[in-house]
Amino acid sequence: MRSFRFVDYLPFLLFAALALFPLVESTFYTQLLTKILIMAIFAMSLDLLIGYTGLVSFGHAAYFGLAGYALALMGPKYEAVSLWWSLPAAMGICAAFALVTGILILRTRGIYFIMVTLAFAQMLYFVFHDTKLGGGSDGIYIYEKPLMKLGDAVLIDLENLNHFFWLVLVLILLVYLFLRRILQSPFGKALVGIKVNEHRMRALGFPVFRYQLASFTLSGALAGMAGYLAAVQYGFVNPEILSWHQSGAVMMMVILGGMGTLYGPVIGAFAFVLLREFLSNDAWTGIFAKHWQLAMGVFIVLVALYLPRGLAGVLQRFGKKPLEEADDE
Amino acid sequence: MDLAFFLIQLLNGLQYGLLLFLVASGLTLIFGIMGIINLAHGSFYMIGAYLAWSLSSMTGSLTAAILIAIPLTVVLGMGLERLLIQHLYKRDHLYQVLLTYGLILVFEELRSVIWGDDVHGVAVPALLSHSIPLTENLSYPVYRLAISGVCLLLAAGLYFLIQKTRLGMMIRAGASNREMVQSLGIDIKLIYTLVFALGIALAAFAGMINAPLSSVFPNMGGGVLIICFVVVVIGGIGSVKGALIASLVIGLAETFGQVLVPELAGMVVYFLMAVVLVWRPEGLFGGRS
Repeated sequence: MRSFRFVDYLPFLLFAALALFPLVESTFYTQLLTKILIMAIFAMSLDLLIGYTGLVSFGHAAYFGLAGYALALMGPKYEAVSLWWSLPAAMGICAAFALVTGILILRTRGIYFIMVTLAFAQMLYFVFHDTKLGGGSDGIYIYEKPLMKLGDAVLIDLENLNHFFWLVLVLILLVYLFLRRILQSPFGKALVGIKVNEHRMRALGFPVFRYQLASFTLSGALAGMAGYLAAVQYGFVNPEILSWHQSGAVMMMVILGGMGTLYGPVIGAFAFVLLREFLSNDAWTGIFAKHWQLAMGVFIVLVALYLPRGLAGVLQRFGKKPLEEADDE
Repeated sequence: MDLAFFLIQLLNGLQYGLLLFLVASGLTLIFGIMGIINLAHGSFYMIGAYLAWSLSSMTGSLTAAILIAIPLTVVLGMGLERLLIQHLYKRDHLYQVLLTYGLILVFEELRSVIWGDDVHGVAVPALLSHSIPLTENLSYPVYRLAISGVCLLLAAGLYFLIQKTRLGMMIRAGASNREMVQSLGIDIKLIYTLVFALGIALAAFAGMINAPLSSVFPNMGGGVLIICFVVVVIGGIGSVKGALIASLVIGLAETFGQVLVPELAGMVVYFLMAVVLVWRPEGLFGGRS
C-alpha cells in the first residue's frame, strides 16, 4: 500500500472549493471561470493525443467546432433542446468524424501528421464558411439554451449561469476521473508505450493503428463535449470556432500547463485564459491592450524555448524531493 | 465555356500554381533539409506584400521596392535562424509548431503596429500594365504572364542551384546526414542559415510580386500557408519537384473549382489531399520512411 499522498486528493479539494465559487463571486467571474473550465476540458482531450499517444494534432478545433455546430443545427430553432440527448449526440457526431478522418490522418506520421490534421480542420472551416449549411461566415444563433428535464421538472436550466457552471464543473471532474481510469488501464499503458516506441509495440504484437484510432476518436468526442459547452456559453457559433487559431491556443494550453499530466492542461487553461484576459484589458495594460497578441506571441516563443515541460514541470521540480521520500518509506 | 474563357482560366490557374510553388518550395526545403516545420512561413509572404506596398509608395516604383525588399527579407531570415530557429533542430516538432505559431502572432501584430489594419492596393508597373486582347471583350493582363515567367525562371534557377552547384551538393548531403557532412569539414550551420533565408526570401518575393493582384490586407499569410501545407503533403516532403507539380495541380484545381463549383471551391484542394493520402500517404514524390 502507498502512504497517504496529499497530491492525490488535491483535485477533489479544489473541486469542492470551486463548487462554492458562484455563491460568493459575481457573475462576471463565474462566467470567466466557466470559460476556463470548458477550455480545460478541451485541453485535456488534446493532451490525451499529444501527451499520452504522441500524436501532435494541430487541427483539434475541428472537433470542438463541429460539436458547436451540431448543437446549433440539431435542436428546434425557438425551443430549448434537451440536454439528455443533445450532448451525447454532439459528442457522437464528433467521435464519428474523428473516426473517419482518423483513418486517413493516421496513415501519416510526424510533420505530415501535423499538417494533415491542420488541413482537415481547415476543410471543415470552409464547409461552414462557404456553404449555407451553418449560416455561412455569419454563423447561427442558439436562441434557447438546452434544458435537462425529468418528467415536467426542470433539473438543469443552462440559461441559469450557476446551473451552467455546476454542470461544467461536474463534467470536468467526470472527464478527469474517466481519463485517469483509462490511462491506468492496460489500454492507457499501451498508448504511452506507442508514444515512446511505436515499432517496439508493433513488434510486441500490439495493433498500434487500432490503439491510436481509439485514442483519436475518444479525444475527438471529448473535444466535442467542450465545443458543445462553449457554444452554449456564447449563444452562437460561427466559423471562427473552427479556426486554426483555436487549435493553436489549445495546444499552447497543453504545453504551457505541462503535457503528459492530466492536471497540466487544467493549469494551462487557467494560465492562458487569465493571461489573455489580463493582456487584452486596457485597464491593466493601457495602450498595449489593443496589441495584446504581440505580448502573447513573445510569451509563446519563450515558453517553447525555456519551458518545454510546462508549469507542471516547474511544480514537479519543486515538489519532487518530499514526495520521493514519502514513497521510499 | 468557350475557348478564350477556358484559356484565361487555364493561365490563371497556372499563374496561381506557380506562385504557390515559390512559397511551398521554401517550406518543403526547410522541412526536408532542416527538419523544421515553419508555421510562420505565411507571415513572410505577408511581410513581402506589405514591404512591396510601403516601399513602392515611397519610391514610386514596384521594381525598386522589390530590389530593396529582397535583401531585407534575406537578412530577416538569417537573423531569425540564428536567434531562434537553430535552437529547435534537436527538439520535438511540437515545440517547432509552438514557437513558429508564436512568431505568427508577433509578425501579425507588428504589421498592425507598423502598417495598420487597412487594405491597400499596389499599382502594376507601367511597363506591364496593358492587356493582350483574346476576343472582342476578353483579354489577358500581361502582368500575370510576367509573374508566371518570373516564377518559371526561379523554379529553373532553384533546380540548377540544388542539382548542379557545389552548394546544392552540400545542401543535399546535409539533408541526408548532418553529422557526416559536418565531419567532412563543411560548415553545416552556415548552410542551414542560408537554406532558411532562401526559403523566407522566396515566400516574401511571392508576396511582393503578387501584391498588385491580391492587394495587401491583414492575415493574408494564413490562407497561403495552409494551401502550401496541402501542396507539400501532396508533393512529398523535401521534394522540390513534387512541390512544383502539386502546386500546379492545386492552382488549376482551385481556379477551375471556383468557376465550376463555386460553393465547394474551398474544399476541392482538401479533397485532393485526402485522395492522395489514401493512395500514397508519403506524397507523390516523397521517399518512404
